[in-house]
Amino acid sequence: MDTCARIRSGRERGGVGRPARGGSRWAGTLLPAFALAAFASVPWLNQPVSAQEKADPDWVMPRTPSGHPDLQGNWSNATVTPIQRQEGMGPTFTWEQVQLIESGVMTAREAAAADSDPNRGPPAVGGEWTGDPLFDAASGGTGGYNAFFIDSGDKIAVFDWEPRTSLVVYPENGQLPGLTDEARAWFAERRRNRGDMGAFDNPENRPLAERCIMSFGSNAGPPMLPNYFYNNNYTIVQTPDHVMIMTEMVHDVRIIRMGEPRRLPKHIRPWMGDSWGRWEGDTLVVETTNIHPRQSLQGIPPSEEMRVIERFTRASEDRIHYEFTVEDPLRWEEPWRGEVPFNRLDGLVYEYACHEGNYALENVLRGARAEERRNR
Amino acid sequence: MTGSGWPAARGFNTLSRMRREWLTPALILAAFGAVVPLGLGAQSGDIPRTASGKPDMNGLWQALGNAHWDIEPHAARPALAMQPGPVVPVPANGVLALGAVGSVPSGYGVVVGGEIPYLPEALALRDENREHWLDRDPEIKCYLPGVPRATYMPFPFRIFQSEAKVFMAYEYAGAMREVYLEDPGPPQVDSWMGQSVGRWEGDTFVVEVNGFNGQTWFDRAGNHHSAGLHVTERYTMAGPDHIMYEAEIDDPATFSRPWTIRMPLYRNIDPNARLGQFKCVEFVEELMYGHLRKNPIR
Repeated sequence: MDTCARIRSGRERGGVGRPARGGSRWAGTLLPAFALAAFASVPWLNQPVSAQEKADPDWVMPRTPSGHPDLQGNWSNATVTPIQRQEGMGPTFTWEQVQLIESGVMTAREAAAADSDPNRGPPAVGGEWTGDPLFDAASGGTGGYNAFFIDSGDKIAVFDWEPRTSLVVYPENGQLPGLTDEARAWFAERRRNRGDMGAFDNPENRPLAERCIMSFGSNAGPPMLPNYFYNNNYTIVQTPDHVMIMTEMVHDVRIIRMGEPRRLPKHIRPWMGDSWGRWEGDTLVVETTNIHPRQSLQGIPPSEEMRVIERFTRASEDRIHYEFTVEDPLRWEEPWRGEVPFNRLDGLVYEYACHEGNYALENVLRGARAEERRNR
Repeated sequence: MTGSGWPAARGFNTLSRMRREWLTPALILAAFGAVVPLGLGAQSGDIPRTASGKPDMNGLWQALGNAHWDIEPHAARPALAMQPGPVVPVPANGVLALGAVGSVPSGYGVVVGGEIPYLPEALALRDENREHWLDRDPEIKCYLPGVPRATYMPFPFRIFQSEAKVFMAYEYAGAMREVYLEDPGPPQVDSWMGQSVGRWEGDTFVVEVNGFNGQTWFDRAGNHHSAGLHVTERYTMAGPDHIMYEAEIDDPATFSRPWTIRMPLYRNIDPNARLGQFKCVEFVEELMYGHLRKNPIR
């Protein structure tokens, strides 16, 4: 099934060619909605606060035969904490706020999962926009994806035993840094070069996710971010000379080679880049360069200077602390840093064969051609 | 097949120890055909082992030979897609420009016994698939290859093996599969790569694969199966740099009896070798969607 298409179509309504910061923008609006829902449902206010998490002093780090921390298993980075912090918020929630927000999420999920009225009429022409950006982006108001498909996370990101209000932790305001003058000039140049090419003229004008080349939302990374929609799942396998991270979305396999880097030539820039790992104490440190020029991060395509440093630390039986730093002096005014919990996922990760069932891309293009014929 | 090992592999292993320097494909073939007494079995110290003593298959592996063109014995031919000519058939227009690059090299075949035991209707479908190769071969559209085809595509694959997990990453199409070491029960969904469950039988890693969607092929020659396919793979290390690979194919809807393919897999020993990236989805966009451009270029 290809899902990517309509999600991206909806989210990128602003038009192709504009540096969209899609994921963070609408994810950011989820929080107040759910928080309000929680406050409105009075019974939750009477419940005791139970969400607080603490380190287990008896926990022993699992290790591989070579003595390194064992990061293997299935993990998920799904969360309702947005990438960028909402204005006016501090860096952390209180545990009472966590309780309210997560209860609100559950209430909304339960409502979405309730039986629909069999006697309801047809949707309005053009669809019924719910005002919930998650559902509207996915279905265009006509009922594409329902709650059965969507698994966008229902927990606030807890990192270092703190409930976080954003995944970005530096700059300290939790916002992405500004773009460099060079990046702005680059975007202007690209817009000029594209001239009046339309967003639906060619398959190459469509987003990578709609074309089943990569996930939306930088799932495979680096950095590996939640997509705030579904399938934010990973499998990690560790051998003495490799760490393999499989991303459920588009079955992307990241192969991290351990040891002294032997970098690819500068002009070879694969999807997900060229990753080399080393152990610093009990932390796996991965440095990635040579990232594909079309693999945008938060709407910004990487320059040849982009470098991502990731740090994986097993924090408990059920969690890996994942930290990343993005450096791209040609794009971002300063490096930025994020912290994302990867929580243990019980269950299997199923095959995401995107391209094989990509009716969406074909129909998106076919629809555009039909519209052109009609308007001729 | 029993769990006690594969006699041919043991024979190969003995050869491998004694003659590795001058081992030739002809000898490999001879080893396949030979019935070697079990007493000549390999020294177990000959292969790398994991901390727990299992054969260590970590590495970059690739099949040689031409099974990816056609798993049955076949002569070289001008092209996979042909059209009638005034004297003899000639390459079809769709592949003509490729010249010798599009020609099919001969292959000695990897099917034990030489021929696939098709049921009559299934054989007719295979022949029809051949006729319509350009339209039907899932490889042309960069679709996931399934099992066992993934193993002998003309691309390497990497086995990641730890005490806890076994995972195979294929260069072609970025295909992959985890081989579960604990049986999760019947597959919950059909898939292109199937559900793989592995176990050790002595020094042989046995993988049961099912839960297929029936849309994958065995090769570029139209050899096919149904969604009821059940593959039993056996990976037996025959030396530090060789795995003897065997796959038993069971699909009563397509074949009159189970049958087997066998081939060696070779380790890429180049220290610079790495699994390349062949995310071919974007490479086939012009083929699949070019006619839907605003201004088609063909």
